[in-house]
Amino acid sequence: MDALWIRHFTAASALGLGCEATRAALQSGRSALAPCSFQGAQLRTWVGEVAGVDAVRLPAALADYDCRNNRLAQLALSQDGFAELARERIARWGARRVGVFMGTSTSGVRETEIAYRQRDTQTGALPPGFEYRRVHNAFALTDYVRRALGTLGPAVTICTACSSSAKVFAAAQRMLAADLIDAAVVGGVDSLCLTTLYGFQSLQLTAPGPCRPFDRSRDGLSISEAAGFAWLERAGDQSEGSDILLLGAGESSDAHHMSSPHPEGAGARRAMQAALQAAQLDARDVDYINLHGTGTPSNDAAEARAVHALFGSAVPCSSTKGASGHALGAAGALEAVICALALQAALMPGGLNTREPDESLPVHYLTANQRAPLARVLSNSFGFGGANCALLFARADAARSG
Amino acid sequence: MLSAQILGVGVLGPGLSDWQSTAAVLRGEAPYTAAPSVLPPPAALPPAERRRAGRMVRLALGVGAQAVADAGIPAATLTAVFASSSGDGDTCHEICLALAGAEPAISPTRFHNSVHNAAAGYWSIAHGCQAPSTALCALDASFGAGLLEALLQLRCGAEAVLLAAYDVDYPPPLREHRPIPDAFGVALVLGAAPKGGTGLQLAFTQEPASRLSDPALEALRGAIPAARSLPLLQLLSHRLQGCVVLDYLPEQSLQLQLTP
Repeated sequence: MDALWIRHFTAASALGLGCEATRAALQSGRSALAPCSFQGAQLRTWVGEVAGVDAVRLPAALADYDCRNNRLAQLALSQDGFAELARERIARWGARRVGVFMGTSTSGVRETEIAYRQRDTQTGALPPGFEYRRVHNAFALTDYVRRALGTLGPAVTICTACSSSAKVFAAAQRMLAADLIDAAVVGGVDSLCLTTLYGFQSLQLTAPGPCRPFDRSRDGLSISEAAGFAWLERAGDQSEGSDILLLGAGESSDAHHMSSPHPEGAGARRAMQAALQAAQLDARDVDYINLHGTGTPSNDAAEARAVHALFGSAVPCSSTKGASGHALGAAGALEAVICALALQAALMPGGLNTREPDESLPVHYLTANQRAPLARVLSNSFGFGGANCALLFARADAARSG
Repeated sequence: MLSAQILGVGVLGPGLSDWQSTAAVLRGEAPYTAAPSVLPPPAALPPAERRRAGRMVRLALGVGAQAVADAGIPAATLTAVFASSSGDGDTCHEICLALAGAEPAISPTRFHNSVHNAAAGYWSIAHGCQAPSTALCALDASFGAGLLEALLQLRCGAEAVLLAAYDVDYPPPLREHRPIPDAFGVALVLGAAPKGGTGLQLAFTQEPASRLSDPALEALRGAIPAARSLPLLQLLSHRLQGCVVLDYLPEQSLQLQLTP
């Protein structure tokens, strides 16, 4: 594929609001996880909650879209001047030539959960003001971003659980390659809700404490919320220096089980291989891998085998979910931003909370930050239903020198 | 301009049980008789998964299997695009009900069935399909968004793609807010190579969507987002060269040209 330039990017997560706060959190090795006290959930687990979401106010014209998920989207759009820069580029290309591709797993379902508690005792009806189209539906997020920025081009929500907002990069790339659009807003937003908190608990996949990816006694994941956005254009020859490029995207299906990965990570390996092929690179060109690394015993084992099969044990890798938690449908976008920051800051973030790396997992897992010039990094995202995606990012100066 | 060859079709909906009989209805050779949708059990799934599959999965796998059989292409080789405007209404309702109780709890199966890509996951398991698949939503534009993505997959190197677009009705109280009357699904197997099948070309347009002259079928088109595909299916049923416009986003529609 032709390289894409990630012209602007930002994120809002438990790590902080915007690129500078996110980078500072990664540099300081601070975990944002805390014991769960989310809206009455009675669960023994830790979460990554974004501070200040409740105080966000949507623009008056978009008040019907009000919900935690769209507030979190708005919070991230306000960081790093992302919305303003996007509007400038929309004016440059024309609103119909800009696509919007968003990933989410639960959109505004938190409001539906609340509405079900407020059903009419006689009729069972949901309370007045309940918004299906602008809040509950998976497209509500994309529709909100589209209206908040003022685009009129193609738009879609990708909803493949925890790989949703990685796959949006691939979907946007295809539409740019076909020349249906000249630019794309891609990203992901997922916000805390009881469906995912209780759902992952029912599968016994949540850790009682902060998640410890790749630890020998890892015991599950820590759910979090986040929003991440990126502005994509064809790279051409206009990017330079520390500008960030998307060189390749790879996708695959496990065809194995709805909620467990293929034990050998066969699907994960095919997705990483496909990303390398799309970029016309091979394994030795990758300097660092940001793992999916959720912290569940089976996920990390499968991913380690997949990484080892392709890269051997030399490439440094880590999961940043010990810091940020697992932002589910927003994880791909958040970790794309983390990869971009890592490339620019020459920083490989060490995986937090991991006390004793599991020696049976044959990868070079970093437990402390490491500084080194990085040219190309890979980011993995794998979802329920066996929906896998790997993204390959690079600095423009490294990609040019080839 | 995006293009493809239509190699196979599947349809399930109210009073519509397969592509052959639906084509006869759309050509006006047989009357349209509305009746509740009948969703077949997902025979291709292993027994454990078959028991867990709800109506949305039955619908998606049912139309997908029809289209693949019609095309005569092994399902395992197909890149897959699954498009649903509203997800699995029954599962969503059961989860919200359970969470509203005094002691919230969700069953593990219900939770993994709640993901929008549940049908994509079950499809890949049923057919051993390891090719890329996606699951998307664009509310009432979901069929158009799925068709676009399928054609883009072909343009970017896939040899053949399964597109399945499907909607199931919500139970009350969500039904009042998303009044989908019944289940409707459509699947197309689309090929890249310009041989066999019916040629399809897609372009954006500002024209309004084509309508169906039969009032009951036109009502179906308007009521269920996946049935926005009906004008395309009607043209296809006549095996004639021609052009239809399908609903997509409010600002633009999709113009589709067919060449048998």
